[in-house]
Amino acid sequence: MMAIFEYAPAPESRDVVDIKPAYGLFINGEFVDGSGPTFKTINPATEEKLAEIATATSDDVDRAVQAARKAFGVWSALPGAERAKYLFRIARIIQERARELAVLESLDNGKPIRESRDVDLPLVAAHFFYYAGWADKLEYAGFGSRPLGVAGQVIPWNFPLLMLAWKIAPALACGNTVVLKPAETTPLTALLFADICRQADLPPGVVNIVTGAGDTGAAVVAHPDVNKVAFTGSTEVGRIIARTVAGTDKKLTLELGGKAANIVFEDAALDQAVEGIVNGIFFNQGHVCCAGSRLLVQESIQDELLDALKRRLGTLRLGDPLDKNTDVGAINSADQLAKIRELSEIGESEGALRWSPACELPDKGFWFPPTIFTGVAQSHTIARDEIFGPVLSVLTFRTPAEAVEKANNTPYGLSAGIWTEKGSRILWMADKLRAGVVWANTFNKFDPASPFGGYKESGYGREGGLLGLEAYLDV
Amino acid sequence: MVSTLTTSLADVAASGATLRAFLHGLPGVDRVGADQRAAMLGTRSIKTTAKAKAIDLAISMVDLTTLEGADTAGKVRAMCTKAVRPGGDAPKVAAVCVYPDLVAVAAETLRGSGVKVASVATAFPSGRSSLEVKVSDTALAVAAGADEIDMVIDRGAFLSGDYLKVFEEIVAVKAACGAAHLKVILETGELATYDNVRRASWLAMLAGADFIKTSTGKVSPAATPPVTLIMLEAVRDFRDATGRQVGVKPAGGIRTTKDAIKNLVLVNETAGDDWLTPDWFRLGASSLLNDLLMQRQKLATGRYAGPDYFTLD
Repeated sequence: MMAIFEYAPAPESRDVVDIKPAYGLFINGEFVDGSGPTFKTINPATEEKLAEIATATSDDVDRAVQAARKAFGVWSALPGAERAKYLFRIARIIQERARELAVLESLDNGKPIRESRDVDLPLVAAHFFYYAGWADKLEYAGFGSRPLGVAGQVIPWNFPLLMLAWKIAPALACGNTVVLKPAETTPLTALLFADICRQADLPPGVVNIVTGAGDTGAAVVAHPDVNKVAFTGSTEVGRIIARTVAGTDKKLTLELGGKAANIVFEDAALDQAVEGIVNGIFFNQGHVCCAGSRLLVQESIQDELLDALKRRLGTLRLGDPLDKNTDVGAINSADQLAKIRELSEIGESEGALRWSPACELPDKGFWFPPTIFTGVAQSHTIARDEIFGPVLSVLTFRTPAEAVEKANNTPYGLSAGIWTEKGSRILWMADKLRAGVVWANTFNKFDPASPFGGYKESGYGREGGLLGLEAYLDV
Repeated sequence: MVSTLTTSLADVAASGATLRAFLHGLPGVDRVGADQRAAMLGTRSIKTTAKAKAIDLAISMVDLTTLEGADTAGKVRAMCTKAVRPGGDAPKVAAVCVYPDLVAVAAETLRGSGVKVASVATAFPSGRSSLEVKVSDTALAVAAGADEIDMVIDRGAFLSGDYLKVFEEIVAVKAACGAAHLKVILETGELATYDNVRRASWLAMLAGADFIKTSTGKVSPAATPPVTLIMLEAVRDFRDATGRQVGVKPAGGIRTTKDAIKNLVLVNETAGDDWLTPDWFRLGASSLLNDLLMQRQKLATGRYAGPDYFTLD
């Protein structure tokens, strides 16, 4: 009898990264103490404490903004080609230190090393390379070349380093300086990035990193000397920020929640559609604002698609994020886990049918198995609210028009996916779907040259691509 | 996955039109998606105990092959000897694969060893001959003692849309095989599209193939991971639809242990455990075995030995 082919654990070594016991704030090119109480950041896969992190009070934020203001004079006066040199240098250092950054990202965030290594880090470097290329060509982009000043940026915990790159690369390319606040559960890679800024000899004050929770973020957003606010995170917090910024002359871009429809037609390449569904909702444990959390499947293939999807879920490997063979890692925090559990229970209580593959969860850490809800209707809470976890709601449709109607029937509009072999239908659908990104026969594909952003409650403004420059220039 | 398979198999091949309708009704394959999936599975990290197991499993799945015009009885005898005892305590390979005129030599050398004799019949590698010639080529190999026949399909007929001709040829060759197993070589490098790979896989299985095989090894590209992936999906879906299990044999271009392990990962995560035996999965190769042996020894001793520590034939 042949034994089952089991993969021995293949953990990436964490020796490549040196985590200090405590971290300060990065202001004016120096690491300084924060005035607020420290807090700890933990490894969500083990609940092990990784480091003590400083809290920036409004005084600390003020110091950071003043540093950025002072540096703005120097940085914005540099010729674009000079700023490009710094950005290229940063991009190359990111590539050189990619392994260290990927391991740290997985430790602090809980995402599988396969994703931080093969998706996040290459994209992070690509964003810096891409905007480095624009720095001396702003005149040709069509938005003028006058920077805004100091950018206050608040980023989420799902792609800590990637969101940092999305925010910092275009800001610097356009001649702005930044004060960035990473999420309180995932500050470590931003602090390592601060070290990279020093390694690249970036002038002091051009990039400042302030750590802390919501209050710190609020202080960044509300600071009177901040000219531009960029936020990625929940719609709830986005609303508060919009209210804070309203009536000021600050420019604002918001990239908020989503409840994307992943629409599969009966003529789709089914095996690849199954992969796309898995990638759409289980990538990064579903902690993706553009996750394909609503599967709209044509009724005629519902059964065979679901059978194939369930079989595929049975092969997902959940566990140690540092194991190179892990597909699904840990939920980022206890709070988020509680939210996912609560919404899943609501799903059950409202009558949707819950299914997960047989799957052992580790004893320590925050874990949630890949989950599918079938028999979901538009009126169910799980079809309306963003869950931000590995939970897929399956709905059905009969005609393309119905698919469009259902896909658009959401307060959000960040992304959508279409799976069909029919090219004309893809174009017809893409034209009608109210979503910032529409993927055809693929999902969750990012490229620095493609703008990204939402409709409706998914926010406004675009990041990435040529349009991403607009948000950082005085147009 | 294929709900169209509700009529009996005979009905599917009742005419060229029904067969065509069935094959074109199979779900399409998206090239970008299939390539990505195969590439992702290629990043699985197989180390230590898993690697040791994988290497021995791969050795036991090798169809050790020599298909040269210059093949002689002596060369085949030497290869058969190695097939039974590849080196050290490594397991024996699954089969040796030779031209029909050398089957008798291989059968005699391998008698009682448990290693099967496979032979490429049917006007290998082009398949360009009459059905009579192909059937007698097959009968010759079987009469000489072949346990397995590797037949090539008529790619010209397939590409011109004459699926029924391909179907009938496979049926005829299968009949000529008697008790021997039939492996049908699709020569996927010449089929050009992944949709064609899926259709040809189903066509061969419907016609009675015991195995479907990627390539002759004479055409490039040969056994690429996405093509093997699509064929594994096909055998998986075919068993779901009909209850009958068919094996898969990638062949051509698999030279390193890494390649072999990637293939095992594809099997493991696509068709699953049931296919992870030499009965249902084979690796057609001529030079792979020595690399497997070398990596095997490296794993056991921690050191690489030079090429002279591994036998040539």
